[in-house]
Amino acid sequence: MIRMSQVAPRKDDPPYQPGEPVALFIPCYIDQFYPRIAQATAELLKRYGVPVVYPTAQTCCGQPAFNSGYWEEARRVIHHFCDVFEAHRWIVCPSGSCTAMCRVFFGHADPDPRIVDIGRRVFELTEFLHDMLGVTDTGATFARKCTMHIGCHGRRELGVVEPPMRLLKSVRGLTYCELPNMEECCGFGGTFSVKMPGTSLAMGQTKAEDIVRSGADVVVSNDISCLMHIGGILQKNPDTRHIETIHIAEVLMSGVDDNGKA
Amino acid sequence: MSTESSHHDSHLDGAEFLKSQTRGLYEPAAAKALGETTERSSKHNRAVTGAIPYFEEWRQRAHDIKRYTIANLDKLLVEFEQKITAKGATVLWAKDAAEANRFVLEIARENGVKSVVKSKSMVSEELEINQALAAAGIRAVETDLGEWIVQLAGQRPVHIVTPAIHMSAADVGRLFSEKLGEPYSEEHQKLTDIARRHLREEYLQAGMGISGCNFAIADTGTLAVIENEGNAGLSTSTPPVHVALIGIEKLLPRICDLPLFVNLLPRSATGVKLTSYTHLIHGATPGQKLYVILLDNGRTNVLKDPAARSALYCIRCGACMNNCPVYRRVGGWAYGWVYPGPIGSILTPHLLGMKKAGKLPFASSLCGACAEVCPVKIDIPHQLVHLRHRAVNEPSPMRSFSERMTWAVWAWFMGGALRYKLAMTGVRIGVRLSKFLPWHPGKLGAWTRGRTLPKVPGPDFRHWWRRNRKRYESQ
Repeated sequence: MIRMSQVAPRKDDPPYQPGEPVALFIPCYIDQFYPRIAQATAELLKRYGVPVVYPTAQTCCGQPAFNSGYWEEARRVIHHFCDVFEAHRWIVCPSGSCTAMCRVFFGHADPDPRIVDIGRRVFELTEFLHDMLGVTDTGATFARKCTMHIGCHGRRELGVVEPPMRLLKSVRGLTYCELPNMEECCGFGGTFSVKMPGTSLAMGQTKAEDIVRSGADVVVSNDISCLMHIGGILQKNPDTRHIETIHIAEVLMSGVDDNGKA
Repeated sequence: MSTESSHHDSHLDGAEFLKSQTRGLYEPAAAKALGETTERSSKHNRAVTGAIPYFEEWRQRAHDIKRYTIANLDKLLVEFEQKITAKGATVLWAKDAAEANRFVLEIARENGVKSVVKSKSMVSEELEINQALAAAGIRAVETDLGEWIVQLAGQRPVHIVTPAIHMSAADVGRLFSEKLGEPYSEEHQKLTDIARRHLREEYLQAGMGISGCNFAIADTGTLAVIENEGNAGLSTSTPPVHVALIGIEKLLPRICDLPLFVNLLPRSATGVKLTSYTHLIHGATPGQKLYVILLDNGRTNVLKDPAARSALYCIRCGACMNNCPVYRRVGGWAYGWVYPGPIGSILTPHLLGMKKAGKLPFASSLCGACAEVCPVKIDIPHQLVHLRHRAVNEPSPMRSFSERMTWAVWAWFMGGALRYKLAMTGVRIGVRLSKFLPWHPGKLGAWTRGRTLPKVPGPDFRHWWRRNRKRYESQ
């Protein structure tokens, strides 16, 4: 079993060279239910001159089976992922959770160095923009009161906190509202949300209350899976129905035309 | 399992996480006091550790010392035994809870013990020693205030550091007036005075004191006992016989390792810099007897699973449970045995076996808040997924042929673009149709009970990509 500490920190990797192509890894639920997030991801990368490819044979990172204990089944999906992405040096994904699956947990499921190596090439979108492209301000305009939820996998397994925060706060017209207990889990947890629905909902309701206390009317995240859960809870209650949930890629694309001009 | 298993079984069956027939593993009904107190401990912990610039180095150092200890347990245990035996202690090795109980009862018989005072010990909870002593006609009294309250109430600790965390002062006042006939009060001072008055008598009468041990130090043969109330000092020194119950993982190689751990433990436990008392017991006091019982009780099962070793690094501070959003809502009893919260979820399956505790690793959203505060850096969320993998492959309540088939079918659909497309078309139709269903079965119902479903948009991303790829591929 590979431990996180055994996987070399990503900072030691050679930096991205301008002109190198980036392969998009679009998680299945984004592909099917939130295609606009994937479009915004492609658009953002294009804006910084990054050639984008999307290997259409891709499916899933294997996380649902892996977290449920079914590593044998997860491994088959991971192997498919690695076959699809083998030729790509840079892989960008608009989800902290799926990125953590690839980068941290591929090695648990299969310690084969080839699998570990391909998993380590995956970057979360804001992380890639901020750490690899050096972007600190996307020039976007979004005049709303926003708060931020960073998914636990992105926060704790990847340690990606500064990139989404900094990029969001750079958006013009945006009022950032501090979220109380920001680092606390929203209770989604993948299959946890349906295996322990009572506890998951109780956690989500606390998060919803904190969001109301923040005074924001938009919740932004780099993990749409958390937002699917948080938004689902906010939508269920007539008092909180007005609060929107938006992926950070869409916010960072707001108010900018195709040529990157504000 | 030992002959004690009947005790464990009845306890386990009542635990919410371990019931097989619950809709969802657990529905929360946690006391407000529990949530608030754990949150407060967590905040203090973060404040007090955040104030130390080199706290991360402390954690890493502690992790390394514990890793060395567990890797060299065989040698260190023998060294500890030799050193403390030379100082007049009698060391007994107990394979399981039943054997440890037998030792305690024999010692009690030999020394004509009629009553016992106990200071706080989680190992004694593993043994259920109070019940074993009671069955032999010996009265055991808990002397830690929280433990005593829980004992009076006929309950089990909900937390490993603060056992009565779920009770308010008013609850304790009612308990004292009901069980002890004391006038009702919710003033903290009055309540502690009542406890002190009742417990003083017990120390003087007791023929034996039982304690746990926070750290057993190999190179000097020393027992380190850390406490706040003075009860552990009295329990270990007043009666003519002292029995120390120690899990074999509690070792530290050298006494010079101790200051680091004494710095880490209280800060991580309740967020204080130091406890009131740190007792170092260097062997038997002249004229008194000291017995040291080293307990395995399943700990060597952890050693058999090299990927799980770090579960034995635990110093029982409780930081993981204080910081755990699941524990805060469900409390300690839901975990069914002695060790609740994240550490319980990764330890109990080893100590009791997957068959009994295989559900525990699933009682988590894998948020990792536990690992963030663990003073010895146990990779708890990674241990949780490791044990989930074991639980579905070994005899356990989580091994299920139908779930295996479901994931096998899922893996097949995720094995190629066409199959994926087919599956996703099915999911889209399902989500669209679910609006018209009068009720939602199974996992779908578990989702929609408190949340809406996402709306199904137009074509998926891959469809859009085929039309627009040229704009993005060449820059």
